[in-house]
Amino acid sequence: MDFNWQLFAQYLVIGIATGSLIALIALGYTLVYGIIELINFAHGEVFMMGAFFAATVVGLTGVTATSGTASVVLAGIAGLFGAMAFSAAINFGIDRIAYRRLRSAPRLAPLIAAIGFSFILQNIAIYWKGANPISPPSFLPPEIYTNVLTEWFGLSTTIFLTVLDVVVVGVTIPLLIGLSWFVYRTRLGKAMRATAQDREAAALMGIDINRAIGVAFLLGGALAGAAGMIALYYDNSARFQMGFRYGLFAFTAAVLGGIGNLAGAVIGGLTIGIIWAMSDGFMKEYISGWGAQWTPSVIFAVLVLVMVFRPSGLLGERTADKV
Amino acid sequence: MAERVWIGELIAQLHRGKIDRREFMKRAAAAGLSASLISQVVAAHAARAQEGTPASVVGQVGMPGIEHITDTSKGTIRLYSSWPMIAASAQIGGDSAEAVRLALEDFGNAAGGFALEYEALDDAIASTGSWDPGKEAENANRVVSDMDAMVYIATYNSGAAKISIPILNQAEPGPMAMISPANTYPGLSKSTEFNDEGEPDIYYPTGKRNYMRVVPSDEIQGGAAANWAYNENGNRRAYVLHDNQLYGKGLASVFEATFRELGGEILGFEGFDPNAPSYRALMTSIASRNPDLVYLGAIVNLNASKLLQDMRAVMPADRVAFLGPDGLINQAFIDGAGDAAEGAYITFGGVPASALEGIGADWAQRMRERLGHEPDAYAAYSYEAAVVAIQAIDQVQEKDRVKILDAMFATEGFNGLLGTWSFTETGDTDSTTVSLNQVQGGQITFLKRIGRA
Repeated sequence: MDFNWQLFAQYLVIGIATGSLIALIALGYTLVYGIIELINFAHGEVFMMGAFFAATVVGLTGVTATSGTASVVLAGIAGLFGAMAFSAAINFGIDRIAYRRLRSAPRLAPLIAAIGFSFILQNIAIYWKGANPISPPSFLPPEIYTNVLTEWFGLSTTIFLTVLDVVVVGVTIPLLIGLSWFVYRTRLGKAMRATAQDREAAALMGIDINRAIGVAFLLGGALAGAAGMIALYYDNSARFQMGFRYGLFAFTAAVLGGIGNLAGAVIGGLTIGIIWAMSDGFMKEYISGWGAQWTPSVIFAVLVLVMVFRPSGLLGERTADKV
Repeated sequence: MAERVWIGELIAQLHRGKIDRREFMKRAAAAGLSASLISQVVAAHAARAQEGTPASVVGQVGMPGIEHITDTSKGTIRLYSSWPMIAASAQIGGDSAEAVRLALEDFGNAAGGFALEYEALDDAIASTGSWDPGKEAENANRVVSDMDAMVYIATYNSGAAKISIPILNQAEPGPMAMISPANTYPGLSKSTEFNDEGEPDIYYPTGKRNYMRVVPSDEIQGGAAANWAYNENGNRRAYVLHDNQLYGKGLASVFEATFRELGGEILGFEGFDPNAPSYRALMTSIASRNPDLVYLGAIVNLNASKLLQDMRAVMPADRVAFLGPDGLINQAFIDGAGDAAEGAYITFGGVPASALEGIGADWAQRMRERLGHEPDAYAAYSYEAAVVAIQAIDQVQEKDRVKILDAMFATEGFNGLLGTWSFTETGDTDSTTVSLNQVQGGQITFLKRIGRA
């Protein structure tokens, strides 16, 4: 069978869009790991809470698809920033309540606390919105599903690239650039990097390490909240369990790219998104008997292979003891 | 004074359904009760029946000719149920538990000289929202070790039954009865071409059968579904998806085999990952093969709503039909999928509560009043399962698990909510009722009864 470029490109589009989403969540894992070497297992649930809060905010604005472009865009921004603030607050709160007290405890203690918080947040979510999947309040006009390639560029193709796909990637990239700028170009970012390198030395130099760590949690949470809003409308549903699988993939992405490394998290996220789409759809065109049920196996097999040949991930770790 | 007590007794007998209204009036008049008092009692009785506890239900649902004993001097017998009661299953499991409670109330919470107690166990865990093998084993072991427990009304999921049947089968001092309102995987009790090796005997280590089900199994449902799709809906190109579970995959296999046999083309037979947050790539690949029907062998807890949503994003309802089994015949599936659920076809080995007739319709009305919503499709079977257990206790009149099991197995000519049925020698119902339903306006709407041939 000839290589089907159109189909390949179609799955690439899907992969990049979902990959961007995973990358946003992966950044939260990597930020926190980079600075305190804790794998924040509650991060997937922080993302899920962001999605739920976005649904609430958009619902409160009362904007519908017929309210006009300006209102729709404003409602979208309100949902996005509302979710970011909410998730940032939760993530910061978890650090303040639990992890900070465990800073000098053995490593397992904060890890177990993180798992505990993940369950607590799931149960709060069940109490809040119920256990069934929720549908987001619909405020996006049907044009959001217009095919950009045929309608805007007049191309004759069967590849389906919707406005929503463009928006997903279009929201993700500025957030990534903004984050990198913050970490590498601001004083607070410098303080964070210093804390990551050597906590005690940073404290001796007069850096408020708790503040630097708190900022990492705030930023990670905000990105998770943004991802929550995007996932809510990209997947058109949200559920109390959604954080688990997204979180697992995002954590894998962070490890794949090199945990603690911002660019690595993005590369890892995109890689996983693309592998996912290819395994769900494209591979069965060429391998008979292939199916979506193998997708998690493929993703984790790739992870194992990368870990065997490049133990510090695709782009290498950038944590304290590596620098 | 003596006479007053006697009249009180008479009224109690009327309420319990020991005597009917005409008999009551005759005896009360003979006892010298005034006409106005008699009419008051009769009116109160009618109102009470309207409220949902008509004593007259005894004798209407169940095997005819079994005397119901309301005395409770011999002690207590406990009935347990086990099925998921949380997450997407909260309403499904809750309605079924309420149906069991209603059955017990209808029989005055007593049978065979014992007071009856009921406890609804949950076999789901919060982290997955779905049934869990460890939890189901724990429930079964708990029930077996409770010496007052005589009957296990369980499970909802066929995979869970695989775990608990052998545990109950090897109970001491003898096999304990398990009766399921919802398991439809054939291999649990029957020998069919879809069985895994060694089924069903591997589930009965002692060699004695202890498992019954009041719902028709999947070779009937899956066959009827394929037959309807090919012969009545005119589908020729089907894509089959399943959740890799015993129930979902089993049913999908039956559908696939029957559809192929009839002459239809199967474009793909594939398991999906129930934990994936999105199925867009999968659905795009299915759409590229141009099916006219997608069959989904899955239960609602395993992300079925999301799957249908993503399917509708690339395959509109007017081009590709969606057909699913009874694991999806619930409000949770519809609520989860939203607008995407519209027009979806769902088969069920029975009929939904809204389409029940006669005593079934009365029952559905009483359930509606209790629950405040349309009862789940399986609640009727849960009620019947409880009545089978109660009547067996009425016959045996002692705390003996094996005797009660044998009495349940011997159920014959049972006047059920969906019609009259008997247990076959494998403990299966001989009913072959399968209904075709469609989601219309966000509601499950009964279309018609369908069959295999």
